[in-house]
Amino acid sequence: MIQCDIVIAGAGVIGSAVARELSRFEGSIAVLEKNADVCEGTSKANSAIIHAGFDAEPGTWKAKMNVRGNEKMDKLAEELDIPFQRCGAFVVCLHEEELPKLKELYERGLANGVPGLKLLNREEALALEPNLSDAVCGALLAETSGIVCPFELTLGLAENAAMNGAQFYFETQITGLERREDGWLVKTSGEDFLTKAVVNAAGVHSDELHNLVCENKLHVASRKGEYCLLDKTAGQHVSHTIFQLPGKYGKGVLVSPTVHGNLLLGPTAADIEDREETKTTAEGLGEVLEKSALGVRNIPIRQVITSFTGLRAHEAGDDFVLGETAEGFFDAAGIESPGLSSASAIGEYLAALIAEKLQLARKENFQPIRRGVPRLHDMPAEQRKAYIEKNPAYGNIICRCEQVSEGEILDAIHGVLGAKTLDGVKRRTRAGMGRCQSGFCSPRVMELLARELSLDLREIRKNEKGSEIVLEKTRG
Amino acid sequence: MPVVELTCISCPLGCPLKVETDSSGKVLKVTGNTCKRGEEYGKKEVTNPTRTVTSTVRLLGGTAPVVSVRTQTDIPKEKIFQCMEEIRKAAAEAPVRIGDVILENVAGTGVSVVATANAERIAEE
Amino acid sequence: MKHDIVIIGGGPAGLAAAAAAREAGARDILILEREKELGGILNQCIHNGFGLHTFHEELTGPEYAARFIAQIQELQIPYLLSTTVIDLSSPASGGVKVTAVSRENGLVEVEAKAAVLAMGCRERPRGALNIPGTRPAGVFSAGTAQRLVNLEGYLPGREVVILGSGDIGLIMARRMTLEGAKVKCVAEIQPYSGGLKRNIVQCLNDYGIPLKLSHTVVDIQGKERVEGVTIAEVDEHLKPIPGTEEQFSCDTLLLSVGLIPENELSKEIGVELSPVTSGPKVNESLETNVPGVFACGNVLHVHDLVDYVSEEAAQAGRNAALYAAGRNEDQGEEIPVETGGAVRYTVPCRICAQRVEGSQVVRFRVSKNMRNASVCVYADGREILRRKRPVMAPGEMEQVLLKQKDLLGVKQLLVCTEE
Repeated sequence: MIQCDIVIAGAGVIGSAVARELSRFEGSIAVLEKNADVCEGTSKANSAIIHAGFDAEPGTWKAKMNVRGNEKMDKLAEELDIPFQRCGAFVVCLHEEELPKLKELYERGLANGVPGLKLLNREEALALEPNLSDAVCGALLAETSGIVCPFELTLGLAENAAMNGAQFYFETQITGLERREDGWLVKTSGEDFLTKAVVNAAGVHSDELHNLVCENKLHVASRKGEYCLLDKTAGQHVSHTIFQLPGKYGKGVLVSPTVHGNLLLGPTAADIEDREETKTTAEGLGEVLEKSALGVRNIPIRQVITSFTGLRAHEAGDDFVLGETAEGFFDAAGIESPGLSSASAIGEYLAALIAEKLQLARKENFQPIRRGVPRLHDMPAEQRKAYIEKNPAYGNIICRCEQVSEGEILDAIHGVLGAKTLDGVKRRTRAGMGRCQSGFCSPRVMELLARELSLDLREIRKNEKGSEIVLEKTRG
Repeated sequence: MPVVELTCISCPLGCPLKVETDSSGKVLKVTGNTCKRGEEYGKKEVTNPTRTVTSTVRLLGGTAPVVSVRTQTDIPKEKIFQCMEEIRKAAAEAPVRIGDVILENVAGTGVSVVATANAERIAEE
Repeated sequence: MKHDIVIIGGGPAGLAAAAAAREAGARDILILEREKELGGILNQCIHNGFGLHTFHEELTGPEYAARFIAQIQELQIPYLLSTTVIDLSSPASGGVKVTAVSRENGLVEVEAKAAVLAMGCRERPRGALNIPGTRPAGVFSAGTAQRLVNLEGYLPGREVVILGSGDIGLIMARRMTLEGAKVKCVAEIQPYSGGLKRNIVQCLNDYGIPLKLSHTVVDIQGKERVEGVTIAEVDEHLKPIPGTEEQFSCDTLLLSVGLIPENELSKEIGVELSPVTSGPKVNESLETNVPGVFACGNVLHVHDLVDYVSEEAAQAGRNAALYAAGRNEDQGEEIPVETGGAVRYTVPCRICAQRVEGSQVVRFRVSKNMRNASVCVYADGREILRRKRPVMAPGEMEQVLLKQKDLLGVKQLLVCTEE
């Protein structure tokens, strides 16, 4: 049994943000994650957008947290050493008769306190974004909208929390929650935890945890969205995130540059029963390609390098569920879009509530600065040279598509929350994310993982238990 | 009379061959071929099909875990799996040079298994 | 220091180019190779069938490579291993600047009068096909599996389905079978195989592995590890036909669905690429639009036989040597090589007749299977060559030899097939 002040269920972006904000205070934090790494659920597969905040109904948690979260991003990105670009967003209107809806969106944005909104006619929009489709008859420009790498954001938050004392327990599934006199007994697949407070950041499973302890039941539907990612050669096709006017299923299909220079198309939207089902389908991918062409013309769809499915935790009440919903039980449930944008604000809000409840004092020595794995590819030649001189492993290129060196991979493996799997290395360094999709580098990354973690190659996994990559030795 | 159907691999044309044999296995007629090579291929495939086997053997004391090998010449097709069994059990001590004999008379064929790559010895500590 | 020629890639193309450049008089040549050995992809191609044209015997990949490596060593051509080129540029002083990194030498900049691009190609990944389904472990490109089995000594899976009947896929079907895996089938979306006949017979038929033409994978199942795939027949537009789905339980899916020349570096220096081959557009000297930059091997266009790579690379190497010696001045106008019939592209795609030495090889691929068709070449509308071919297939490279005397003074050149 492990005793602590706060147990956070889930190491997605929300759990990690809460952990980081809470680590500003005294008190012991345990983050429990059923998967082998941070950012394995909803947080990993989404549109990677930091929304401006014009979309949600004024007064909702979604509206408040989004606007506040967006505001915080510049400083956060700097502190955590993660990529973030305020590339701006367009909401394009494709039918003349819907122009009033665009105006409504603009006004909703003003009501939510979103700065930098402008209504543009077709010509003004085209001047900024020449590849808009012929159907575009007007657009809302949101200058504060941005793009981020969801994994790096989550990892940055989690590592910074860990640097400041939060303990992370991976492959630790919560199996039960029992009330104790002074808090909760959290039963897990590993050790049990005795804690004063529980934070529910369990993503698509957040209703299950909530419903264990609360009278007021939640129902979270897993809403599946399929995406296509295009090669970097297509990354310049648009320079803003291009949304279509929102329809019945959320924000519709977007076309966006990514912080790594690729082009992202998606998502579709379909409610599914199995909360872990992340299959892509021929229909879904077809729909992505078809719908994305409505707002943006000549998308080079032959340059698709991968496709994936994300799951959004849609709560029946259509808003985030935030706050102390049972004694010592704090919800961050039903966090769907704009959850990524809202994460740091949700962390800030819940941490303040919990600190007050548990009477936690602020730490004097909180260290807000975290440094990620250096990216030699992005460095000027002189700096790169200096890095390689200091550590020759930075000169040994392992992933040729993304030019990731052995040194970077070793940094990822031996980092604060070090990578243990191929996917873990990939998300921390981009090794395997390029156009060959790990064909060349995966055997070499596997060798490095095996060497550094003293494992046999047969023990190296793609991600979770059961995802071992090679099965047998052919000789000896 | 037994007839065996084959695809000729003597050239990219890929003629569909029919090879007729008598009860003792002697080839009576090859049809479907468009050249002499096709006839020869058909006869050989039916009476004495052979293949080169390529694989790897375990490398001891080397910088790599395995080293590639081949049968020096073709062996009878039906001996392929027996040959693989022996290759699986074999090992070579580094260093190895191309052409080094790793196994003699593999699967009783009289053919040697030889290395097809050079492999260096791992530096002693 | 400025070298005569820098060669990017120490695989079959780079090695042959280097040897030929030396023999053509280039003194100062440097080969840059990213792997820790010379030989490139041949090192993992341990099957035989290489070298019939070049050496008149059947060699395995490593044996074929070793002959060229021995030649490089005899000619004392220097090379750097484990050295990855990260940038190519054109310095104001002329020539080519190559930026490379390695553990041993750090970040180095090398200048040369001429460069030979010989970086090879990569495999098309799953994503490029948009195969639906889950994303578990156990989906490999055939070449990755080949490396794991042949160089690392590990078996990626026990029950295997292969998508794509390219030669690497066929070779791996046999290889995994010999290692004890069960290969359940090879599915090919086209109505014909992209692989060599010989490989279909000796890698599939010998082991009773079914080849399902006009079939593709429409679903992948399994959460952590592949548990099965669904295969369906496709119509003439290559779209799956509902109702034809067939389920295969397996733990591994190998993909052998095409190769793409790797030209990211070429683009850095402004090399113009062909949308058909994804390789550089080159003239009769295998020189790209960037003066002094030559290309050969699979980075130029994907070959079926390594022997042709060696032959082509030698030509690139010789011309690079001439260029570095200042003997390759512009002697006349380059005319485009136009394509017709089923000819998809030609290498070269521009010819300066004055620079042709005696005769010029033109290599190409066709877009469909044909029997008893002819390859025809017309110069200003006049037939200068006609060759009957009993069979032509998309999987096999074709070539014709044009005589310089037929090309001199010509304004328009057409290479086509006639049925």
